[in-house]
Amino acid sequence: MIETLTRIPVAHYSNLKARAGYSIKIDDKEIALFKISNGEVYALENRSPHPKGGVLSEGLVSGEYVYCPVYDWKISLVDGRVQAPDEGQVRTFKVDREEDIIFIVL
Amino acid sequence: MKKLVMIGNGMAGVRTIEEILKVSPEPFEMTIFGQEPYPNYNRIKLSNILQGETNFDDIIINPLDWYQENQIQLFTGEAVVKIDVDAKRVISDQGREVDYDELIIATGSNSFILPIPGADKIGVTGFRDIKDCEMMIKSAEHHKKAVVIGGGLLGLEAARGLLNLGMKVDVVHLMPNLMERQLDPIASSLLKAELESQGMNFFMEKETVEILGDNRVRGLRFKDGSEVEADLVVMAIGIKSNIEVAKGSGIYVNRGIVVNDFMETSVPHVYAVGECAEHREIVYGLVAPLYEQGKVLANRICGTVAEPYHGSVAGTQLKVAGVDLFSAGEIFEDGSTKAIMVYNEYDGIYKRVLTRNNLIVGIVLYGDTKDSTKLYRMLTKKEDISGKAIFQTDCGTGDSSDIAPMPNDELICGCNGVTKGTIVEAIQTQGLTTLDQVSHCTNAGRSCGRCKPMVSSILAYTLGDQFDAAAAQKTSLCGCTTLSRDEVVAEIKAKGLTSVKEVMNVLDWNMSEGCTKCRPAINYYLGMVHMDQYKDDRDSRLVNEKIHANIQKDGTYSVVPRMYGGVTTAADLKRIAEVAEKYDVPLVKLTGGQRIGLFGVKKEDLPRMWEELDMPSGYAYGKTLRTVKTCVGAQFCRYGTQDSMALGIELEKKFERLDTPHKVKMGVSACPRNCSEAGIKDIGFVGIDGGWEIYVAGNGGVDLRPGDLLCTVKSQEEVMEMTGAYLQYYRETANYLERTSKWVDRVGLDHVREVLSNGETRKALNERMDQTLKKYIEPWNEAIQSEEIQDKYYAKHTIKVGE
Ligand SMILES: Cc1cc2nc3c(=O)[nH]c(=O)nc-3n(C[C@H](O)[C@H](O)[C@H](O)COP(=O)(O)OP(=O)(O)OC[C@H]3O[C@@H](n4cnc5c(N)ncnc54)[C@H](O)[C@@H]3O)c2cc1C
Repeated sequence: MIETLTRIPVAHYSNLKARAGYSIKIDDKEIALFKISNGEVYALENRSPHPKGGVLSEGLVSGEYVYCPVYDWKISLVDGRVQAPDEGQVRTFKVDREEDIIFIVL
Repeated sequence: MKKLVMIGNGMAGVRTIEEILKVSPEPFEMTIFGQEPYPNYNRIKLSNILQGETNFDDIIINPLDWYQENQIQLFTGEAVVKIDVDAKRVISDQGREVDYDELIIATGSNSFILPIPGADKIGVTGFRDIKDCEMMIKSAEHHKKAVVIGGGLLGLEAARGLLNLGMKVDVVHLMPNLMERQLDPIASSLLKAELESQGMNFFMEKETVEILGDNRVRGLRFKDGSEVEADLVVMAIGIKSNIEVAKGSGIYVNRGIVVNDFMETSVPHVYAVGECAEHREIVYGLVAPLYEQGKVLANRICGTVAEPYHGSVAGTQLKVAGVDLFSAGEIFEDGSTKAIMVYNEYDGIYKRVLTRNNLIVGIVLYGDTKDSTKLYRMLTKKEDISGKAIFQTDCGTGDSSDIAPMPNDELICGCNGVTKGTIVEAIQTQGLTTLDQVSHCTNAGRSCGRCKPMVSSILAYTLGDQFDAAAAQKTSLCGCTTLSRDEVVAEIKAKGLTSVKEVMNVLDWNMSEGCTKCRPAINYYLGMVHMDQYKDDRDSRLVNEKIHANIQKDGTYSVVPRMYGGVTTAADLKRIAEVAEKYDVPLVKLTGGQRIGLFGVKKEDLPRMWEELDMPSGYAYGKTLRTVKTCVGAQFCRYGTQDSMALGIELEKKFERLDTPHKVKMGVSACPRNCSEAGIKDIGFVGIDGGWEIYVAGNGGVDLRPGDLLCTVKSQEEVMEMTGAYLQYYRETANYLERTSKWVDRVGLDHVREVLSNGETRKALNERMDQTLKKYIEPWNEAIQSEEIQDKYYAKHTIKVGE
């Protein structure tokens, strides 16, 4: 099976502030983009896996984790996994960087 | 959304809701009715309260905030009296009607009160809830002699508590042996001897037939005609499932509400869980099985396929200091059982394991319960014991050497079903170092607390050399550190730490960038210590304070502009109306703090709306001064003795934006009629002839508490001076997220009064307050001016893909 991957430029790396989340709408998908203290950039679906949902982009970022702002679930930015004692997973997207351009791979 | 209603707001029911929140793929609209006027609390700990080991605040399991966060509508102090199963509707004693799609009955049970003459006299109580507990504590203040009827678990725990409260205590028991359903005669006699040495007096094989006295109880009479004196009688002979509401509604009941293996009652969409439920003819009275039921029920209601409930074997312990006891499974030998026993009368140790066909079927341990987790595992997992050592040979002390050989699936916390493996894994993967942290992460020790020494041993064993016993016990700021609030503040001062990052680095945080508990707290403490020298770390604030607007459940925000003292003008109202119209604001509402809120605003619209409003932020989202509510006062009202609006406006203008440990609300009334409800504010001012009364520590919210009179002053200047000093003292000594009501209860009103009675101290406090106030700038205006802030916090980047 052939998969078609789309690479979408979404931001200038140099514009992103560390420990901040950005909400990016690509068509009808809402993605939260985070740059963490060590400079890495991660992209996740901008929706908490908590049954009642809520966005992630406004959450507090600590190392490779973001805390969902409404229910305080701790979520890994790397693999989207919710940390114990809560359970769940958020969809993650691959992030590419070329020069100063950040791409999200869909 | 499907509607889920629960009757009963106790341990089993609320645990079921927690499980549902965890597994439910779709949210429910939830409503809970609780007859007691409290959020869900740890009923088990009532024994510890009576014994003086803890207090009511500490036993709340789910604070009101939890209900709010999970959008659960909670009606406390309101009982459901009828279920209309055809209309799928419940009706409360206040006439409230709520429709349901699914209904959980979790009404628990009541103390069984002997139906004998005099049982309704003053001074006779069961032992079931906070009310009973309070009654006993009060009785002990004025009376000397208590009689507890019932020598079971509950009765003995009550008796121990009453001894601690300074009463003389007799225990009356119908049977020849104490706790005869959990212990054999030998263990029972050891227990009795121990309790007698603690000062309990026993009347065995006595049947109470009458309670004597006029209004208040004076004594009891037994069947043999003898009598004893009593000023307080506690009936602890058993519990009776609370099935009234089900019975009257056509749901099949026996001793309890009868349920099948999925906790379903005889009526579709109605379930029962907890002590009110009867499963395979058994009603359980301990939380461990009830929590298992809760899990099964949660899966059922959420449509998740999972194991049905097969019933449980529960282990019992007695929460009395100086008594170490465990019992599970069968007690009595029959022809088919063989017992294994150890009896060391000298040390008061007795162990008996009952076996049948090489399987353990019953356990009684007295004096040394170290083996309990292992034996209980062997019993529940039906392990073949042939050739296995049943009791440990050495007399281990529960230290790490006992932990190593323990298999990972051994149950450590019986109440919450947490195994050794789960605890070890949590410690290792999450870098936990304190008992508190382990409890938070795994639930272990969150109910009866008996397993805490074992959890502590596992912590010591898992951490090895890194284990710090003293540190493991104290309440740390959060899971990222072992330091307490006071230690962190002391280090900030001693080492001159100036940023959140530096605090976490220098003080060896184990999560290098902290968490949602410590980051906002450290940010606050730094600002408190360094006053105007500290630059706020906006990214260490949680969403509302970071965005300067309240996030709503759908991800939109609310905008609440300042309206000093609740006073506005026609021009301002027009402007608000125009902005609301222009941005299509879905809801315009007067808030509880006398101002106008615009709800349902998109994040990206915030800066432009603020700009067009051209009003300062009302900080309706912050840990800071929220509002100063005022009445009309002397300017217009014929009763007003003081100018409440003027004082309110002055207070709000002076203290707005100030960071405080938690939100602060004020109220100013011009006369004692108190139309601004100043009696339930953090600080309330009441005008009287020739001055003002200042009330503090009032709370109209989660823990309703009337304010206490701090002092009476003569002039508006004195009001400002006292308020500044009081607020600053609160800022400097409270824990982050501690409301003034809690803070005053903790440090004591007398202490606060004493500190503030010193003019020099007040002056110094006010100086620090004024220096702190210098640093604040208006945040909405700042956002309008700064493109960087707008891009980082408010922009929504929209990208269209494709041609
Ligand atoms: C002093 C004491 C010590 C205990 N020690 C232990 C122990 O060490 N270990 C252990 O495992 N267990 C212990 N237990 C037992 C344990 O507390 C119970 O098993 C558990 O609380 C039962 O949970 P539940 O939800 O079924 O009932 P509850 O916790 O009683 O909750 C039921 C709630 O429903 C409310 N309610 C009833 N009818 C209505 C109505 N019509 N409308 C609205 N609300 C209603 C009641 O007011 C109550 O608040 C102890 C109990 C007591 C009293």
